[in-house]
Amino acid sequence: MPLHIWINGAVALFVLGAAVATWRLRRNALWREAGRELWRRRPLALAFVALYSALALCDSISWIDAEGTGVREPRSLLVRAFPVDFQEASYSAPLADVEFYGGQPLQHPGAHWLGTDILGRDVLLQALRGARVALLVGGLTSLIAIPLALLFGVAAGYRGGWLDDLVLFLISVLFAMPGLLLLIALIMALGRGPVQVCVALGVTGWVSFARLARGETLKLRELDYVQAARALGVSELRIIVRHVVPNLMHLVVITFVLMFSSLVLTEAVLAWLGLGIDGSWGQMIDRARDELSRDPIIWWNLTAASAALFGLILAVNLVGDAVRDILDPRTLRERA
Amino acid sequence: MLAYLARRLAWGVVTVIGVLLFLFVLFFTLATPDDIARKAVGEKAPQAVLDQWKLNHGYDKPRFWNPESPGDTMLAEHFRRMLTFDFGNSDADDTPIGARLRSGAGPSLAFTLPLFVAGLALGISLSLFVAFFRDTYIDRMGTVLAVLAMSVSMLLYIIGVQFLLGKLLRWFPISGFDYSPDVMIRFLAMPVIVGLLAGIGGDLRFFRTVFVEESGRDYVRTARAKGCGEGRIMGRHVLRNSLIPILTNVVMAIPFLFTGSLLLESFFGIPGLGSITVDAVNANDFATLRVVVYIDSLLFIAGQIATDFSYTLADPRVRFG
Amino acid sequence: MSERVLEVEGLVVTFPGDTGRTAVVDHVDLTLDAGEALALVGESGCGKSMTALSLLRLVPKPGRIEAGRIQIAGQDVLTLPIPALRSLRGRGAAMVFQEPMTSLNPVLTVGAQVVEAIRLHERVGANAARRRAAELFAHVGIPDPEARLDAYPHQLSGGMKQRAMIAIALAARPKLLIADEPTTALDVTIQAQILDLLRDLRRDSGMALLLITHDLGIVNEVADRVAVMYAGQLVETGSRELVLGAARHPYTQGLLRSIPALAPRGARLSEIPGSVPSAGAWPSGCRFHPRCPRAFEPCPRIDPGWTELRAGQRARCHAVAKEEAS
Repeated sequence: MPLHIWINGAVALFVLGAAVATWRLRRNALWREAGRELWRRRPLALAFVALYSALALCDSISWIDAEGTGVREPRSLLVRAFPVDFQEASYSAPLADVEFYGGQPLQHPGAHWLGTDILGRDVLLQALRGARVALLVGGLTSLIAIPLALLFGVAAGYRGGWLDDLVLFLISVLFAMPGLLLLIALIMALGRGPVQVCVALGVTGWVSFARLARGETLKLRELDYVQAARALGVSELRIIVRHVVPNLMHLVVITFVLMFSSLVLTEAVLAWLGLGIDGSWGQMIDRARDELSRDPIIWWNLTAASAALFGLILAVNLVGDAVRDILDPRTLRERA
Repeated sequence: MLAYLARRLAWGVVTVIGVLLFLFVLFFTLATPDDIARKAVGEKAPQAVLDQWKLNHGYDKPRFWNPESPGDTMLAEHFRRMLTFDFGNSDADDTPIGARLRSGAGPSLAFTLPLFVAGLALGISLSLFVAFFRDTYIDRMGTVLAVLAMSVSMLLYIIGVQFLLGKLLRWFPISGFDYSPDVMIRFLAMPVIVGLLAGIGGDLRFFRTVFVEESGRDYVRTARAKGCGEGRIMGRHVLRNSLIPILTNVVMAIPFLFTGSLLLESFFGIPGLGSITVDAVNANDFATLRVVVYIDSLLFIAGQIATDFSYTLADPRVRFG
Repeated sequence: MSERVLEVEGLVVTFPGDTGRTAVVDHVDLTLDAGEALALVGESGCGKSMTALSLLRLVPKPGRIEAGRIQIAGQDVLTLPIPALRSLRGRGAAMVFQEPMTSLNPVLTVGAQVVEAIRLHERVGANAARRRAAELFAHVGIPDPEARLDAYPHQLSGGMKQRAMIAIALAARPKLLIADEPTTALDVTIQAQILDLLRDLRRDSGMALLLITHDLGIVNEVADRVAVMYAGQLVETGSRELVLGAARHPYTQGLLRSIPALAPRGARLSEIPGSVPSAGAWPSGCRFHPRCPRAFEPCPRIDPGWTELRAGQRARCHAVAKEEAS
């Protein structure tokens, strides 16, 4: 099956999963309260994140036009919002009618709100499409890293003994190695596709949360109701699933949001090294860097990518801070 | 306390062994020696040339187990060389790795050291200032600026500062390096500025949190009840107690003064360890990359042990516990 | 005629709540003369600690002293400029807190902390200050005082730490010592030692003592006069003999009745039904009326005023007022 069908399927699954998760959480008073509090504190930042997410979603759903009409390639919803064959020959300034160097008339004069790049591609479209890559990096990687960290951390914290020693050893070794270099080595070994990059980021990123999960599990294990459950003969797996993991959820949320921005920023650095994901803002910035030394300078694609990147990171950081304050165990206890 | 230190050292050694093992698996099993040879010599090279190259660089032996002479494997060779710091030659240009790294340490230190000291001084003083005025508009503004500063990618800081100070205002040369001290300063000014800008946001938030948390403690209330002024409270009581968590962060950073910064050195043309690493990446020079990762890990583990040690010195509760 | 060391009139301390600011200390009046010991009694949350903190303007944000007049050794505390306030703290009045472990700076030696207290108020050299610190340690009963100066707080036992705190408080020879639950965190035997210490110190120096506590046993040991607080207000004041021996306010009577030691063995322990209302949710009229066995018609409507009883005792209760009138 063609790739874009798989992706459509994955997107549908994801949306379904998110809907189910939200519905289940809304039944819990604590989470409902937290959500309301978050909306009260940072409505603007949340709106921004929602906007970026919507853009990413639009860019993930794609299909091929019917036989005989339109383009042969699958085009996403976002791309379809722009005219077909929106490309020019070369650079053009925002809202210009002619090319930047040479003054040749454009195919779509005045239509490129943020100009075009060296290959004539519309900068606004590129900047918008970068949202999909950024959310992919943040989302898919966390989907890999967090369950991995929970698995290792909870198992080590709950079981103790040799398992704990082994996991601690693993964590120490991975933690000791320089993250960026490890990433580079992994990507060079695995290949340069988007999934590989996310896997590499996930494998290097699970360590600190695993330590946190382990520490919390150690504390939770000694709680009275967990001891009571053990005394009653409840199976270990059931205890872990019903008592330990739900109490780690607030840490999961905080970690996810805080990890998100650092992951996206790391991908930008990887892009500069040529190891990033195609279409990311980091790649746009890397390509646009040299254009500042031209005369007259070309500033619009660098500005667009930087603004898009900054906007998402700032919004996520603001939301992340608010989430951390709201889900702080101390305030959680007070509210409960 | 000596027993604790001994235990930490033992754990450090175990971790180093683990690192070496992991490195071996990563570099020798994810990419076959043939791949590495091909990348160095050329995609279309005949097998004989590849075999010769592999022989020269030690990639011809069996990896884990050699039935003919046990112990003569790449794994054993890897361990032997790394532990004796006998690094051999680069895969890319056949120069000795050790010598290259030694020459790169100096330039890296030349800018990481001033950056570290300036960053620490700036971070602590700004955070003390903001924490002194906590919950006023000064504090809020500081927090907002910190979040803004943290949300900008390092790439953008580099590009921005290079463009603004280098191209537009022409205050400093855009990139380059010189070993004579008076000229070196001109080349290092911008990387240090960028480093400060990139770090100040996170530093401010972290230090401020520590200071504000300490400011709320009971002993501060006692000091106030004794008649201490707010300035004395911040400067003597709060700062002294805050140093314990701050110190752990600071000591951890010291090993990395040697390794430099990949981005900064590459963009600003400083021939330090960071740019050596970038060159190795671009040239698929696995031999050098292996060594760099190993050295970094060693420094990290050393840093962790030093941090634990300094913690016991700084906190009288641990020292005389 | 003893000099008046402390005079508090109409003190109001507010904190922000869900419905605007609430007064956690609601128009409290206190007086204390030199050499006297006044016990401020009440359960947790009644506002007694806030009252104590406001005497030296130590109320933590977001709390605020909204109204009232506080006079310590003749100085009007609430209008003092900051430098004069700092001078007053430690010299006019000094404070001892409940938790000696967290109230002492863990990274400084106890000696350094005493020396700091001395040198903040007197121009003395480091050596002279150290000598005086050793004297203070001896005075508060710390054995081997010279050596103890170089100890860190965590190296001292609970009782020693509290003695060190008291030494710090006494460093500038204050006229008033405010002790906020000084023995609550200590073992019973140590408690007795600390209380004896406080009594001896007062006797030797004529220092006044304001003791905040919830323990009526301590009140009996130490206090000359007693003030009982409930829900932010004073409800009964008077001499120790009268308040403990012949309490008139239903709350005070309930407190005294509920002491297990005084009840016959096996009998059901007497208790005050209900629980202490939280700030901002004060009942209307008399704040104690929902739990009061003697509540009647005016109690839910009108906040009772003071009824003067004999020998300086007074109570704030409609039932008592009715008794006195008849």
